[in-house]
Amino acid sequence: MALKTVRNLMIAGGVAVASLTGIAIASGGSVADGYEMVHKHWHWSGVTGTYDQEAMQRGYNVYAQVCRSCHNLDHLAFRHLGDKGGPFYDERYENPNDNPLVKNIAAEYEVIDVNPEDGSEISRPGIPADMFPPVYRNTAEAAYVNNGAIPPDLSVMVKARNNGADYVYNLMLAYDHPQPDSVVTSSGQYYNPVMEGGKIAMGPQLQPQVGVFEYQSETEGQNPPEATVEQMAADVVEFLAWSADPKLAERKSAGMMSMVYLLILALLLWLSYKRIWARLKPKT
Amino acid sequence: MRAPSGDCHAYLGTNKKVATMAETGLIHHDDIVADDSKRDFIFLAAGAAGAIGAASIVWPMIAQMGKAADTLALGSIEIDVSKVAEGQQLKVLWRGAPVFVRHRTATEIAEAESVDLAVLPDPATDDSRLVAGPDGALKPQYLVQVGVCTHFGCVPVGEAGDYDGWYCPCHGSHYDTSGRIRKGPAPRNLLVPPYEYVSDTVIKVG
Amino acid sequence: MSGHSTYEPKWAAARWMDQRLPIVRMGADFMTMPTPRNLNYWWTFGGILMLCLIVQIASGVILGMHYVAHVDYAFDSVQRIRRDVPYGWLMQSTHAVGASMFFLAVYMHIFRALYYGSYKAPREVLWILGCLIYLVMMATAFLGYTLPWGQMSFWGATVITGFFGAVPVVGESLQQWLLGGYAVDNATLNRFYSLHYLLPFVIAALSGLHIWALHVTGSNNPIGVSDKVKTDTLPFHPYFTVKDMLAVTVFLMIFAFFLFYLPDALGHADNLIKADPLKTPPHIVPEWYFLPFYAILRAVPDKLAGILLMVGAIAVLFVLPWLDTSRVRSMRFRPIARWFFFIFIFMCFILGWCGAETPDDNAFLGLSFYRLSQIATIYYFGYFLVILPILGLVENPEERPASITQSILDHGDKPKPEAVQAPAE
Repeated sequence: MALKTVRNLMIAGGVAVASLTGIAIASGGSVADGYEMVHKHWHWSGVTGTYDQEAMQRGYNVYAQVCRSCHNLDHLAFRHLGDKGGPFYDERYENPNDNPLVKNIAAEYEVIDVNPEDGSEISRPGIPADMFPPVYRNTAEAAYVNNGAIPPDLSVMVKARNNGADYVYNLMLAYDHPQPDSVVTSSGQYYNPVMEGGKIAMGPQLQPQVGVFEYQSETEGQNPPEATVEQMAADVVEFLAWSADPKLAERKSAGMMSMVYLLILALLLWLSYKRIWARLKPKT
Repeated sequence: MRAPSGDCHAYLGTNKKVATMAETGLIHHDDIVADDSKRDFIFLAAGAAGAIGAASIVWPMIAQMGKAADTLALGSIEIDVSKVAEGQQLKVLWRGAPVFVRHRTATEIAEAESVDLAVLPDPATDDSRLVAGPDGALKPQYLVQVGVCTHFGCVPVGEAGDYDGWYCPCHGSHYDTSGRIRKGPAPRNLLVPPYEYVSDTVIKVG
Repeated sequence: MSGHSTYEPKWAAARWMDQRLPIVRMGADFMTMPTPRNLNYWWTFGGILMLCLIVQIASGVILGMHYVAHVDYAFDSVQRIRRDVPYGWLMQSTHAVGASMFFLAVYMHIFRALYYGSYKAPREVLWILGCLIYLVMMATAFLGYTLPWGQMSFWGATVITGFFGAVPVVGESLQQWLLGGYAVDNATLNRFYSLHYLLPFVIAALSGLHIWALHVTGSNNPIGVSDKVKTDTLPFHPYFTVKDMLAVTVFLMIFAFFLFYLPDALGHADNLIKADPLKTPPHIVPEWYFLPFYAILRAVPDKLAGILLMVGAIAVLFVLPWLDTSRVRSMRFRPIARWFFFIFIFMCFILGWCGAETPDDNAFLGLSFYRLSQIATIYYFGYFLVILPILGLVENPEERPASITQSILDHGDKPKPEAVQAPAE
């Protein structure tokens, strides 16, 4: 009876998890025109994986020097960079608003504000509490400057595509793939097999760049890896993955505790269950 | 051949004889002589584990109502006090409540300094309600306080009341030119927010 | 059940209360309700569903404290909940994953009722109340999915409200009345939020009636033979409370697995793109729990017919007690119906698969998903409208035990009478 119960429970649980996971994974990334998606093993994959701070810092640099020219981070404030688990977290500054690295980064951006005296529009250096200021004043300007294609927000990009980390990584690297005759690109369009339909308004962006990996902090890693295109793509994905899911480390550690707790509770309840139902067994 | 619907006896089963309890040997709950004298360790442990789980679920549900990270980040503002003319008052919103920056006249300062502390419900010298500038000297002309009546939170009116300071229209509290409570139901002086001079003319509140 | 109450107030205060509002008595009577002792784990989903409803209402009320129902801020406010609100990430994921878990449990609960014939007399009203709960659940889930104001929220709302546009004559004005405008917009979002907050309490009220009805008729059980002798039943507490709690805990482990390790896996990536009325996502698909109905909708090429079929797929559940003509409740004793039932489950999965794919794509062997969904749809309706009514009349059920007690004795899980009589060593 006991074994049967446990077995049935395990089967039921297994079927439930398997079918739901199957549904979740069924809508995975697509492969077009013979392009083989590169599936990287990311730092944060698995049950315990978390982001690599140095990779995130390098990734931020790539964002700031390359992606920033067109793409915004709508849902990020500068202070988020210094949050626990973030790229510029420093345990000496539990309050990210005090983190000097975060303050410096914020000050590099011009934030549009209102002069409280005369109501005129002014531009001031950013502070940690500010959100990343939009690259364009509005969508109309964004479309006008970019041939009608509005550069999407990157702050949730890795979550906003199926298998988003691999998607962004491969998108950065797939421009070399030979263009098939079936895909006709017009002027201002590029071929990229990772993009749905193969046509993309963004040209190849990453080139080997000297200095892009200079760390902001003297205390962090001393020897950045060589800034190859693959390395830059991987690092910017690391940064964007954090940006899309900044609570990942907190979530996974809470998950581990919850699972252990539930396992203990289930065991105790199972023993209680046996104990209570044992009363019905005839005493001989 | 089908029994009318709604007749649950249509489902009762076969015509076989239903065994009686004595014949089956199955025990019913009522036949158990409960032995409640010793509490079972397993039940206690399961109960305790359940209680711990419930408590740890309740905590995030309470904590979520606390200040969010963006609210905490917007805790400070900078104000250029040199823009406030003598005898004028600037009202700035800080943490959702007004901050009064008053550029006091010499008469008002003298009035504030001459008060006998013994008559004050909430004794405080005028100097104790000021903050030193970068040179270390107090700037008595600039009085900075949270413009919230300490009674029930209305915003007092400036240059009013029996003591030439502030007067709260809600329940009639009178504050003097140093923002100290003098008359009425309010229990304490107007609050001085945490602030500092970041330059000779600019203060940072919060 | 309708039996007499055994509750006796212990203190004077309890007696005083009992004479005025016997609420404690009601609770005590529920706890001592005689419950068939042979219930298996399929009967634990009622308790699991109660937990699901509580989790959704509690987390939903919390999200309501931070969510902003405005087209310009809704998406951003959800992001703010996930990033800045203390434990907001936990509350948001709990609510989103919880919706999927709720449907997972409700489908298990429904399939159990279908297999064991729990909808048959005298439990028709109990069953209909359950169908109503399911209907309101679907409405609530749809309304709630609109609120994060992502691309799937927006276009899902556009498509679903479009159903009402298919109603002859008044369709267009009905649709615009529902939307409060020419298209899904701020007015729509606001009313959806209001209704999404309201409907869970309707579910709670209906659940109250559902449980009340259960306590009038008593639980069905795996052999479908009503309890007759005293040894057939056990008091609900502690035997089934502890069993339900064990099942709830195992269910919570599945819940926690998704909540903490795959929080967004059951949703759509497209819903993390802010709603854009100018651009439709390439594949609009509903949440997984609506996929079978979505496949039925697309199984016919006509708009109105598709909607009628989809509505019919739910409506047929309401009349099921009068469609199934069998005198035997449990499929355990219906050797033919059992296989039709398993095929029915299989077809529901097929429909779900079809709902997730593009209709014109090839499923297998040159069979398009469109054709496949037609086959499965025909079986779905055939099962209820043809198979169950006819099979009940022609099938010859297997012999059933005389009572629950007898079935337990026959199965060897409990000691046989001889074993009891055997002298102790």
